[in-house]
Parts: sequence; structure tokens; C-alpha cells
Amino acid sequence: MKAISHVAGRAIPFGRKNVDTDVIIPAHWLKTITREGLGKGAFEAVKKEEGNVFENPEFSGAPILIAGDNFGCGSSREHAAWALLDMGVTSVIAPSFSDIFSGNAFKNGILTVALPQEAIDRLMEVAQTDPIEIDLETQTVTTRFQDRYRFEIDPFRKHCLLGGLDEVGLTMAQGDAIAAHEAKARDSLPFLAKTPATA
Amino acid sequence: MTTKPRTLYQKIWDAHVVDTRDDGTSLIYIDRHLVHEVTSPQAFESLRVAGRPVRRPDLTLAVPDHNLPTTARKDAEGRVLPITDPESAQQLAALKRNAPEFGVRYIDATDAEQGIVHVVGPEQGFSLPGATIVCGDSHTACHGGIGALAFGIGTSEVEHVLATQTLLLKQSKSFEVRVDGQLGAGVTPKDVVLHIIGVIGTAGGTGYVIEFRGNVFEEMSVEGRLTVCNMAIEGGARAGLIAPDETTIAYVQGRPYAPRGEDWDKAVAWWNSLATDQGATFDKTVSIRAEDIQPTVTWGTSPEDTSAIGGVVPAPEDFADASKRDAVKVSLDYMGLTPGTKLTDVEVQNVFIGSCTNSRIEDIRAAAAVLKGRHKADNVKWAIVVPGSGLVKAQAEAEGLDKIIVEAGLEWREPGCSACLAMNPDKVPAGERCASTSNRNFTGRQGPGSRTHLMSPAMAAAAAVTGRLTDVRELVG
Repeated sequence: MKAISHVAGRAIPFGRKNVDTDVIIPAHWLKTITREGLGKGAFEAVKKEEGNVFENPEFSGAPILIAGDNFGCGSSREHAAWALLDMGVTSVIAPSFSDIFSGNAFKNGILTVALPQEAIDRLMEVAQTDPIEIDLETQTVTTRFQDRYRFEIDPFRKHCLLGGLDEVGLTMAQGDAIAAHEAKARDSLPFLAKTPATA
Repeated sequence: MTTKPRTLYQKIWDAHVVDTRDDGTSLIYIDRHLVHEVTSPQAFESLRVAGRPVRRPDLTLAVPDHNLPTTARKDAEGRVLPITDPESAQQLAALKRNAPEFGVRYIDATDAEQGIVHVVGPEQGFSLPGATIVCGDSHTACHGGIGALAFGIGTSEVEHVLATQTLLLKQSKSFEVRVDGQLGAGVTPKDVVLHIIGVIGTAGGTGYVIEFRGNVFEEMSVEGRLTVCNMAIEGGARAGLIAPDETTIAYVQGRPYAPRGEDWDKAVAWWNSLATDQGATFDKTVSIRAEDIQPTVTWGTSPEDTSAIGGVVPAPEDFADASKRDAVKVSLDYMGLTPGTKLTDVEVQNVFIGSCTNSRIEDIRAAAAVLKGRHKADNVKWAIVVPGSGLVKAQAEAEGLDKIIVEAGLEWREPGCSACLAMNPDKVPAGERCASTSNRNFTGRQGPGSRTHLMSPAMAAAAAVTGRLTDVRELVG
């Protein structure tokens, strides 16, 4: 996973609420067996709407997406995160995110920034004409108009994002603790610790 | 010794903590991992590149479901028919290759046990009460119906579980959804959960695990409970739970992967200790009267857009929240509906009975009971019944349900996810409506431009017969 500390650039003022992962990447794009190339399918239906924000060339390759409440709800497809990355988005700002999406985003080095709706409204306005900056170290979103919003982030996630750390590798280093749990479970919850060999 | 009263969720959580960090995240042990072809290829690929094995292949079960066509899988001579869509074929082939390479149990597309992963897990006894269960699919919440803590994960997490049999999680808050009272005639588990989502909204459960409580769930079959928990994710909750009880234990006993002998006795004793303790508190509670729930359908493009079948299409102005008003406007436009129209006047051209929400034997029976001696309306062009697994299919055929379905003019198909998300050839044409027993009415979900109305199997069967959204109680008294 690529480390991320600072994101600066144009932000796509998308703004919609309850954007589900079927909207971010429709199911017929899920047949891939690699992570690349999904940007083409991102927001496919939205891109067919007249005057949609994605057809504005100013936002082509923009690193930030601004959305409404409950971004990434619905299906657990990680393809949604891969599609965003493939279109160049490395950070999403919204009032809230679905649990599964925020996990998928984090695991792919996408910074999700949750801010109150008032801040979103203001950033949507700024995004029309000017860039936005996000600094993970100081947990702030700023604009050249002196706007400054602080956001919260889980300390472990911050640590991993800043260091580009591989979570699987980190957990594998705890192999002894996992083995100890398995040994305990074989004794106390044997019916969960194994499946019948003959099944 | 006295201990603090705990919820069902807390008890399962506590039994699976490997390690807790200072920041409150915990490393949680995963007892059962279900794998399908769509969300696993990149995970297996990463393992291969890093030279990492699957830690517990014995706790992992792979089965293809999303991409499979639901037409015949073998020709008259028993030869396996090729998958015509090259991308689907590639994804299915990847799972078939990856499972043996990593030592993972695999059910093939042509095996009798094949089916939708969330139907197969409980059916095989692979999913157990009190277990932590994950799958790269948001409807993993389904398995909460047998009292398992089950939730969907993304592909990176699939990789994490394959490599370590654990997940890093922060404990969710607890949400009690109570339904007490007497359900009316024609009101099914699907109506109950659609009604609940209508009340709490699609973000109502975000950050929570829901425990469904009350006599309605206690009296419900395990299959009904699976339907309810399946859609917990549509209410924003990552998992839904119903406490295991005698009904659950009777359901699990004797299934192929269920514990046996001494292990079975230990299991039953533990399962009987899992129900939420008297005095345990929830972070949030919603109570619903069973008598308030009617046969329910959706009219919009969000699962929270529900209405009793006797209602009308709402107007944007009916909603207090400004952004919901905008969403309703967009959604009614997409759905081609005019406010004030009686729902029972809305015509459907397609009917889909299936999906991990409603494709178990009780669902097929409920549909067949309505279809028996009747025929689909002429304006219904495409109507398919897709059983959740090969075993459900065989059972339905043993009961003669397939004949009732075919005589009514509906198609009886092979098991899979099918038109729920239309990754396979089963799609609803643009601009047409579908009475669907699936779980999501999102824009384009059943095919580009498709218009979905969610409902129960009995209601979908009734819609097939009349060619419009219908109160099933008018057909069967």
C-alpha cells in the first residue's frame, strides 16, 4: 500500500447522499481478476447524466472527491475503492461513510475524511473554482480562503496510512497470539475450532 | 461471582478476541470464511505474490454463485456446458484454480450442493451459532439468523482472513430492534425487515450491530430469521443477530459440517448461554408493533423507500428532509412513477423470485402456494424462480413445486445469485419493472435502467399472476 500524508488539488464537487457502491462501480465491472482499469467504469450511470460533474475537464484526474452522507453504502465490493484510485482519487470527503467502504478505502490507501455538513457545503463551493488541501499529519482540511477544518481519524489507521504499512504483514507478526487463541479454542470451543474431517 | 450483564453480540465478541490494542481495535478470530468468485481473485493473487499460505483452509469454504448462468449447466449427455461470457468464465475458472492450489474446500458449479454462498453456509452446517463468519459479500449479515456474528468484508480483508484467520475490528455499538405482537395473515419475514428498514432508514444502523428481539423473531423459522438478518446491511448495520434457541439448534443438528458427538453436546450448552442477559443495555432501541406491519413493497431506489401495499406512491413534498426530497424526486423519475398512484395499479413486466434473501425452500413453497392453479399475466414477459442451492432445488422438485411453477408459466432455473445483481445473463431490460424478492432496488441493480420493486416471495408470485403489484391477501385468504 502506498503511503499517504498530504493530498492537494482539485476536488470533484459531487455532493450526493447515499452513494452506493453500485453507483461507484456497477456490477458488470466486477468480473475482473485484477485491481487495475476500473476507473473507466466508475460512476458509469452518473456520467451519462447531462451536465454531470465528471464531464467537466477541470476535474479530470482530481485527487479529491466530495460527497454527501453515507458514502459507499451497499455492496462490500472493494472494486469501488479500486475504481476511485484508478480515476486518480486518493481522498474522499463526506459527512459519513459506510463501515465496509471506509475499511476498504483505508486498506487501499484512500484517506476518508468525515466533516460536518456545513463544512461539506463550504468545500463544495470552494471546489467549483479552487483546490483543497488535506494534511493527514495535522488532520486538517484547508483552502486558500483561510477555511480550516479539523477531522478525526483512528490513530492506528493514521499510522498505517502515513507509513504505507501492510496490515496482513503486521498481523502475521502476531502469529503466536493467534496460535495461542486457537489452542485455547480447541479446548473451550472445539466445535468452532474445527470442522468435521469427513464433511 | 457476578458479571456484568452482556448482550448476545458482546458474548460472541468476547469469545473471539485474540488481542486488544490501546486504541480500542481488537484482533478478532474468524471461525468460518466463505469465499466466492467475485471478491476473491485479487486476494488469492496477493497471497501468491507474497508467498503466503491460507492459515486455516479447513475453516474456509469456496463456492461459485454470482456469475453462473441459471440455465442448464450440462447438456443431455451430461457434458458440462461452457460459460459463454469470457469474463465470467475467467473469474469462475480463477476460483476453481485457486481453491485447490491453497487447499481450500471447493463446491463446483455442477455439484448438487452448489448454491448462493449464504444459502450454502447454513444449509451445510458450515455456519454455526456463536461463530464469527465472514465473506466478501455484504449480505453475509444473513448468517446472523442462526445466531452467528457474520458480516461482509472487502477483498483486502478476504486476503487478511485467508492469511491470518483474523480481522482487525473496532467493536460496533449495539442496536436493539424489537418487534412484538401478532403478525397479520400474509405478513412474512421479508415484510418485517422491509418495514424495519423503512422505519430506521438505510443509514439507521451505520456503526451498529442489530439484535432483532421480540416474540415475532422467537416464533419465526430459521429460514425467516436468515431473511431478516440478510437485510440488516440494508439498514446500514454490518451485522444482524437473532439469539440461537431450540429452533436454531434443531435446524443445525445433523447437517454435514455440524459438530457431532461430544462436541455437539458442548456446542448446545454454549449456544444456550448466548442469549442477551437480563439487564444488558443497548446503545439504541427501536420498538415496532407487529400489528403495524402490512405486506410491504418498495417504490423507490433505496430499500428505505417502503410502503404497505395498500398505499400510494409518495410525493417528494411528503418528506421533511430537504435532501431526501431531492432524492425522492430523482428516484421517482428513474422509477417512472407519479405521486398519488395506487401501488396496486403499478404494472410489472418481470418477476424474479430468488437471491440470498429469499430462495430457500420455505420461499419456494410460499411462491408455489400462490401460483398453484393460476397462471402468470400476459403482460409479465419474464418470470424466473431461482432456487438458492442445488439442495433447495432437489427438495422443491421432490415436493412437486417445480411443476406448479412451470405450469403457472414461470421458469424454474439452476441455483445462483442471478437477477439480484445481474452479473450473469439474467437481467431486467431498461425501463421495465421487476417484482423482485431480492434485497436492493438500487438504480441499475438488476440491469442498466431496470426498475426494481422489492417484496416477499408470496407477493412476487401474486404480482406474476395479476401483472401488477398486488396484495397477496386478495388472492389467498
